[in-house]
Amino acid sequence: MHFEEKILTIQPVPLHATGIEILQVNLGYRCNMTCKHCHVQAGPDRDEIMDIRNIEGVLSVLKENRIKTLDITGGAPELNPGFRYLVEEARHAGCHVIARSNLTIFYEPGMEDLFDFYSRNNVEIIASLPYFREADVDNVRGNGAFRRSINTLQKLNNLGYGNDKKLNLVYNPPGAFLPPSQAAIEEEYRRELKRNFDVSFHSLYTFANMPVGRFREFLIRSKNYDKYLRKLTDAFNPETLQGIMCRHIVNVGWDGTLYDCDFNQMSGLKVSDGYPRTIRDFDYHVLAGRRIAVDDHCYGCTAGQGST
Amino acid sequence: MSMTNYYNDEDLERFGDIGKHSPELFKKFMDWYTSALQPGILSKREKVLIGLAVAHAVQCPYCIDAYTKSCLEEGMSLEHITEAVHVASAVRGGASLIHGIQAHNAAGKISL
Repeated sequence: MHFEEKILTIQPVPLHATGIEILQVNLGYRCNMTCKHCHVQAGPDRDEIMDIRNIEGVLSVLKENRIKTLDITGGAPELNPGFRYLVEEARHAGCHVIARSNLTIFYEPGMEDLFDFYSRNNVEIIASLPYFREADVDNVRGNGAFRRSINTLQKLNNLGYGNDKKLNLVYNPPGAFLPPSQAAIEEEYRRELKRNFDVSFHSLYTFANMPVGRFREFLIRSKNYDKYLRKLTDAFNPETLQGIMCRHIVNVGWDGTLYDCDFNQMSGLKVSDGYPRTIRDFDYHVLAGRRIAVDDHCYGCTAGQGST
Repeated sequence: MSMTNYYNDEDLERFGDIGKHSPELFKKFMDWYTSALQPGILSKREKVLIGLAVAHAVQCPYCIDAYTKSCLEEGMSLEHITEAVHVASAVRGGASLIHGIQAHNAAGKISL
């Protein structure tokens, strides 16, 4: 059963937004890494980067509509030349700023001040760390990724991250299976990272991999696509619909196009017909109650305990 | 000449077919099985790891397939899985070895 039909077996109307608490902005698909599970298919060769005109558009929307949280993602968002300007202006406007960092970007040329920059602006960091063991992380993210990530986490801890500054980690399953509950694995992450590397963090988020982008290619290549989709649909949990991310955010693509989430962005699924579709046309009141555009990859956010 | 496969991974999903011929017994088994796997004093994580070890001890390919996936879905790695298989194998090995005493006893009964 398609996701759209599934929703109508749970409630009489399609999925609609309930507000806009977060503006999530994808600053571009360029990244210093090419992780196997990346739904963005990000990498060093991608040249889709948000320009200053759209960054100004984002800032105008944040200020005019008093949206409290800016969630910045990519690619590696730090590689956008306007990244620091966006963060500083959003902070001056009183926004809470979240950056989704890959933890290895800190050692790229031009990133020498990144630790201080994040700390000075009190940016919340949500960092991908698919496991607490070197072999598992390097298998997904490339050789040396784990060591560099641990070095970054140690330095962030020294700056107060994991203590008075927010540092959250993200676990994704390294294959065609669902993640455990946060409770099942967070304690082990915390114990192993503390014992082996003296690293602390606030929370561990366990997210299912969406059948989108590079992970979708893996599913098809390994002949796991149909099984994985069935696993996601079998694990559909209606209780996840209330808190599902798309109902509380608007996602902005690198070219200013509006989406309901980053996964819809990578699937080319814009906000539904009849609603403002670019950052320049942003209308808070219209978008806050918009009908969410859905497709079958949305089962990834409603499986088990949900992934938001 | 085609090979006959006694074990097909597709058959795992046909487990319910067993219930066609004695549905009441199968239902009792499934209720018991499902209850036994529910978290109790032991967490779900601990239970699926026990399941994996037993699957190796009884050498059931279906169970190994199912419980490996369950372990991965509980956030465990191949390191966890391999350690559990070593425990199962060591207990199996020990079970053989302890029977060496039986051999010693049997020999003792008929030896000068």
